[in-house]
Amino acid sequence: MGLTYLEKFRDPSLAKQLVATIHKESRHPLRLMEVCGTHTMAIFRHGIRNLLPETITLLSGPGCPVCVTAQKDIDAFVAVSRQPDVIVTTFGDLMRVPGSGTTLAGQKGAGADVRMVYSVFDAVTIARQNPDKQVVFCAVGFETTIPTIAAAVLMAAKEKVTNFSIYGANKLTPPALAALMTTKGVSIDGFILPGHVSVITGVDAYRSVFETHKVPSVITGFEPIDILHAVLMLVRQNESCVPALENAYPRAVRDSGNPKAREVMHQVFTVGDAAWRGIGLIKNSGMELKPDFKAFDAGDRFELNLIDVAEPKGCACGEILMGLKTPVACALYKKVCTPMTPVGPCMVSSEGACAAYYNYG
Amino acid sequence: MNAEKNNTILLDHGAGGKASHALFSEMILPLFSNEYLAMGDDGAVYSVPAGKMAFSTDSYVVDPIFFNGGNIGDLAVNGTVNDIAMCGAIPLYISVGLIIEEGLPINDFQEIITSMATAADRAGVKIVTGDTKVVPRGKADKIFINTSGVGMIPEGVNVSGSRALPGDKIILSGTMADHGIAILTAREGLTFDGDLKTDSAPLNHMVKAMLSSGCEVHVLRDPTRGGVGTTLNEIASQSGVGMTLFEKDLPIKKQVNGVCELLGFDPLYIANEGKLLAIVPEKQASQVLDLIKADTFGKNAAIIGEVTDQRPGKVFLETAIGGQRLVDMLTGEQLPRIC
Ligand code: SF4
Repeated sequence: MGLTYLEKFRDPSLAKQLVATIHKESRHPLRLMEVCGTHTMAIFRHGIRNLLPETITLLSGPGCPVCVTAQKDIDAFVAVSRQPDVIVTTFGDLMRVPGSGTTLAGQKGAGADVRMVYSVFDAVTIARQNPDKQVVFCAVGFETTIPTIAAAVLMAAKEKVTNFSIYGANKLTPPALAALMTTKGVSIDGFILPGHVSVITGVDAYRSVFETHKVPSVITGFEPIDILHAVLMLVRQNESCVPALENAYPRAVRDSGNPKAREVMHQVFTVGDAAWRGIGLIKNSGMELKPDFKAFDAGDRFELNLIDVAEPKGCACGEILMGLKTPVACALYKKVCTPMTPVGPCMVSSEGACAAYYNYG
Repeated sequence: MNAEKNNTILLDHGAGGKASHALFSEMILPLFSNEYLAMGDDGAVYSVPAGKMAFSTDSYVVDPIFFNGGNIGDLAVNGTVNDIAMCGAIPLYISVGLIIEEGLPINDFQEIITSMATAADRAGVKIVTGDTKVVPRGKADKIFINTSGVGMIPEGVNVSGSRALPGDKIILSGTMADHGIAILTAREGLTFDGDLKTDSAPLNHMVKAMLSSGCEVHVLRDPTRGGVGTTLNEIASQSGVGMTLFEKDLPIKKQVNGVCELLGFDPLYIANEGKLLAIVPEKQASQVLDLIKADTFGKNAAIIGEVTDQRPGKVFLETAIGGQRLVDMLTGEQLPRIC
C-alpha cells in the first residue's frame, strides 16, 4: 500500500536520510530557534532533538500564546471572573496560568463561572443562551486565531449579541522577531518560522525583519519531515553563509498568505502595542479593537482596578522565550516549578518550553 | 406504577416505601433476575470455594450518561468486572448502588439498567445485591452508579503490578484512546467523520483464557483514566523497571488519532474502558498475543514494547522516525491546543 500524502511527511526512511544529511553537512555550532510552540511540542513528541548532531541547539521562541500572555492580562481575566453575573470563556491552557494571585481554574473552584471553549464562536453561543449574563472571551492568540476572533466580533455585532465581549491580549509574530533581534545578548543563527501563523501572514510578512537582520529563516510545517527539512535548509544557509527567507511549507503557505483572513482581522482590529510576558512592551505587536467595535471591549465594560505586580521571582520564562536560557537553567525548574505547581506559563501550556522539557525530556 | 405515569424518577422512588418497592420489583428485579437477588434479604448470601478472592469497587459519574457505543450502566458493570479480572481473578458477583437525581426520565433509567443486565450476562457475573437512592434535583447529575464485585483467583495465579521483569514484553489488547475520545466528542458536541465509539467491554473471558493456558502472566492492568502512558508509569515504578515502547507498533484507529491531533491530545494519555495491558515473559509473548487476539475484544492486540533494566521507573517511547522521548505520568488533565 502506498503512503498517503500526510504519511509521507512521517516516513521513517526519509527521516533517516535527512538526519544523515544534516549530520554530514553541519560543521559549525548553530543556535536555531523554533518560534512556534506547536513546533516545540512536535520536536519533543517525535524525539527530534536526540536525532540531531551536537552542533545544533534548538531554542524555543516566543510563539506559544499562553506563555507570552502578560501577568497583568491574566490578572485582568481573573478580575473579570470576579464580577457579578459574568461568564468567562477561555481556551483550556489559559485556565491554569497563575496571575499575581490566583488562576482562572482557581476562580472556577471558588465558584466563578469560567468555561473552557474550543472556539470563540462557542463563547458567542453561550452569550446568546445567557442573555442576562455578561459573557467575556479571553482573547489570547496570534495571527492564526485573531481572524476567527474578529469574525466572532463581527457576528456578535451583526446579530446584536450585546452581552458578548472580548478581553484582548492578541499578538503579532513578526514584530516580536524584530524585537528579539535587537535585544542584547540574543544570538540566533536561524529561525524555524511557524507554519500555521504563516498560512495567514504569508512569506511576505517576514521580509522586512529578514532584510534588516539577515537571519536565515525557513517557514515549515509540523510533521517530522517538515521540521528536519527546515533544519537542513538552515544548516545549508549557515554553512554557505548565504542567509535567505525560504518557504519549506508551500503546501499550506503562499507568499501573500491569506489576504481574506487578514482583511477580516483588520476590519475589527488595529495594530497597537502589547506587553509580552517576561519580555515587556513591544511596539506594534498587538491588536486592539477599532473604535467601531469598542463596544465589545471587556476592558471598558468593567471597572477592574488592576495594579502592577512584579512577575514571580526566579521564573526565567522571558529569557527562555528569547533563547537566552533553556528551562533546565532555571533554578525553579522541576524543584519548585512542575506542571502540577507551575510558577510560570511556560510550565502550564502544553506548548510551553518548560512543560515540553518536563514531559518529554 | 406512578413512575410510569409521571415518566420520571421521583423522590418517592428512593424513600423505601411503595414506590421504591415497585421500582425494584417491577423494573430492576426482572432484569437482574437471579436466585440471590430474588431472596429479598438485606444482602446476598453465597458459598465460596477455598482459595484467594479479589474484591474491587468503583464509582461512575460519567457525563454524558449516554454516548456512542454505551452508557453509564454497561460502563459501570464492565469497569468492575475488569478491575477484578486484572487481579487475575474470575469475577462472580457484583453489587450495584444507584444514586439518581430526581427527574431522570424513566425511559433513560430503563435503558441504563437494561444495559447493566446485558453487560452482566455478557461477562457471566451476577448482580446479587444493590441499593437505590433518589436525591432532589440539582443534588446529583442525572445518575451516579457504584459497583463492587468479588471474584476467585485460580490456584497458582500471581498477577501484580510489581512483577514486571526486564526482558518481558508488553502487550496492549487493542486500539488506544477510543473511550476518552468518544466521551470528549459527545460532551463537547463535536462532530467528526467516522465512528468514534467507546470500547467499553468485559475483559474477563480474555483474562481467563490467558490464565488457564498455563502461560505465565506477570502483570495485568486496564489502562483506564490516564491511559496507557500513566498506567505503564505506575507499573514501571511499582516493579522498579524501565520500559521502552515503539510508536510504530501502537495500535490506534485512524479517526481517533485524527481527533487527537486536531485537539492536541496525546492518545497515550486518553482513557480506555475495554483494553488491558499484559506483561509477560518474552518466550510466551506470541502465545499470549494469539490468545488475546482470539477474543472478541482483542482483535487488534499488539506487542507494543518491552521491559528493560535501564532507567528504572521511567517509560520511553521510540518514535516512528527513530527518535526517543520520555512518556511521563500525566499531570492534571490534558488540555486542547490553542493555536
Ligand atoms: S521552569 Fe517554571 S519558573 Fe522556571 S522558567 Fe519555566 S515556567 Fe518559569
